[in-house]
Amino acid sequence: MAMDLKEIEKYIKEAMPDASIEIQDLAGDGNHYSATVTSSQFAGKSKIEQHKMVYNSLKGKMGNELHALAIKTKEQ
Amino acid sequence: MDDQTKNIIQNHIDNNEVCLFMKGTPDAPQCGFSMAVSNMLKILEVNFNGINVLEDQSIREGIKTFSDWPTIPQLYIKKEFIGGCDIIKEMYENGELKKIFDEKGINYKK
Repeated sequence: MAMDLKEIEKYIKEAMPDASIEIQDLAGDGNHYSATVTSSQFAGKSKIEQHKMVYNSLKGKMGNELHALAIKTKEQ
Repeated sequence: MDDQTKNIIQNHIDNNEVCLFMKGTPDAPQCGFSMAVSNMLKILEVNFNGINVLEDQSIREGIKTFSDWPTIPQLYIKKEFIGGCDIIKEMYENGELKKIFDEKGINYKK
């Protein structure tokens, strides 16, 4: 039940190719991450919609393989 | 999600102006993210009802489908889904959370 940092980045990048992504392994256990995602695709969307886009890019891994991912979204 | 679970969730949301689906209780949170949101509401002295999803597996899974949101905690204010821990934290820090309480007529410590 853990996920590699690079793997998370890959999933988000696939869904949002223009995004710049900063990921940190908060606890060093491969289970608690924070991600700051900046993308033009967030423009005009609510925070809930923006976070859902990131969750959706992870294709159901959030809450399963990936226990904790703190998300911060920014419009480009 | 079965109808019974859906009804239970809907009832919580309908009957509590500020409703936090969380792991543990406001006095004894079982997860750091749930604790964070619970503490922010406490600091603002908001009267809220914490629903411990760990007590009921069907609600724990059901609320994710209900809100189309994969994580817990989840905050509802006057029947509207406001967000999870990250969003609430951001809104707490930039003052938007207070704005929502003002708009929706929820009392808090000004």
